[in-house]
Amino acid sequence: MTETLYETLIIFIKIVCALVWLLACTLYLTWLERKESALIQDRVGANRASIFGIRIIGLFQPFADAIKMIFKEDFVPSFSRKFLHTMAPFISFFFVAITITAIPFGDTLRIGNRTIHLQILDFNVGLLFILAMLSLGIYGIIISGWASNNKYALIGGMRGAAQVISYEVALGLSLIGLIMVYPSLRLSSIVLYQGELLFGFLPKWGIFLQPLGFVVFLLAALAETKRAPFDLPEGESEIIGFFTEYSGLKWGLFMMVDFMEVIIVSTLLTTLFFGGWQVPWLASDGFHFPWGGELLLSHVVVVLLQVAAFNIKVFFFCWLQILIRWTYPRFRYDQLMDFGWKLLVPLSLVNIIGTGIIMTL
Amino acid sequence: MIKALRYFIEIIRGSFITGRHFASNFFFRCLKVLGIKTKRKGAETIQYPEQRKEIASRHRSLHRLMTRPDGKPRCVACMLCVTVCPSECIYVEAAEDPDPEIQKYPAKFIIDLSRCCFCGFCVEACPEDAIRMDTGNVELAEYSQDDMIYDLDKLIR
Repeated sequence: MTETLYETLIIFIKIVCALVWLLACTLYLTWLERKESALIQDRVGANRASIFGIRIIGLFQPFADAIKMIFKEDFVPSFSRKFLHTMAPFISFFFVAITITAIPFGDTLRIGNRTIHLQILDFNVGLLFILAMLSLGIYGIIISGWASNNKYALIGGMRGAAQVISYEVALGLSLIGLIMVYPSLRLSSIVLYQGELLFGFLPKWGIFLQPLGFVVFLLAALAETKRAPFDLPEGESEIIGFFTEYSGLKWGLFMMVDFMEVIIVSTLLTTLFFGGWQVPWLASDGFHFPWGGELLLSHVVVVLLQVAAFNIKVFFFCWLQILIRWTYPRFRYDQLMDFGWKLLVPLSLVNIIGTGIIMTL
Repeated sequence: MIKALRYFIEIIRGSFITGRHFASNFFFRCLKVLGIKTKRKGAETIQYPEQRKEIASRHRSLHRLMTRPDGKPRCVACMLCVTVCPSECIYVEAAEDPDPEIQKYPAKFIIDLSRCCFCGFCVEACPEDAIRMDTGNVELAEYSQDDMIYDLDKLIR
């Protein structure tokens, strides 16, 4: 009885921690985006928000934004379909937020005689689950476009749907080579397998085994986040996008979904291609360098190092995606279709065939 | 194919340009935060409310009405500025002055700044040099439109 209670409590704590991690990252990703775009454009960026005159390079900015968004009027146009209009942002938010359940943050943590996986649920179909939930998120966008009853919002929603069919196929196909190499859909075992060594010194990360798959997945995942250069549903310079009729915190949810997708895509890239929480040559008892040295560490230090490595990799990919977002202009509608169907899908098929040939040799 | 490859290389180069801007600005901003003085300032822009750009001497800013030595306005209510104003934002009501040298003075002189386009024609037209646009005040935002209507008390300074 107490055993089940403890298990439930641990699951509950894990859920709270993961959600808090995701939301805090989202909050500070808005800050990172502002500062990074500013530095790219030779500006200083948001540095005004202060508490009692203390500014610390604008770190309070996300809270100021949040307060502003909470106190804005939540306007629902009289011509909209009220129920769907209210539901849409929550659908978008739910399907992105739920993907965090399958992400492994680290290896097992031993407290007393209890082993805790640093992952909310260790699915045997974790990868499929994440892909399915990410593509279901498009329903929020289509519904918001439809429920707003506004032609520009509807065009935005339709564009979102068209974008999904042009990248989603490549997104799935690019991962098949990876699944062939690490014969599992369970994310924790994919990460464990990446701890092994190639040629005795190179960690068996996905980027070394599947470079083409990585490129295709990165490009398709950029389209997944619906930010520039693939921000067709939004298209803020021509149609305002699917959230034209939204205001206040509902609009804020859509914006947060964008940033959360950036984080989820970063965690996916990290987990699948950059070894997840693996630190090169770090085993469960310390470092074993290929040139013979050893550095033994205690269990807690190893777990902390692994979680830190995961966070640093995720941060790097968030940084990279923001850099890409502030470098390239938007693709045209037909260019995206061409890009998805004529370049990414053939490349991922080539990747599957190549992987198959090399594996049979 | 070769052309497509060239485009691809250019796309990669583009990210290196923005990446270079980010890296150099980030480096110099970090040095500044750490308190190390460098010759080059990374991404330093004018921090507006604290630092201000110097306004050029010929810049047309908020109007002011000049006064005679005794403190009365120099304006003789000749209506030239009212006539020339393209946005018709000046309203002058003349009254008789006891001094025969002056003859008229403005009982009311109202400028509706919400309509003013800051063309400076009123300054050009004035024969008495009674109106100038050299206060250097360019921050004219108000919460209501009524506050944008400036009368004699606000214009004489």
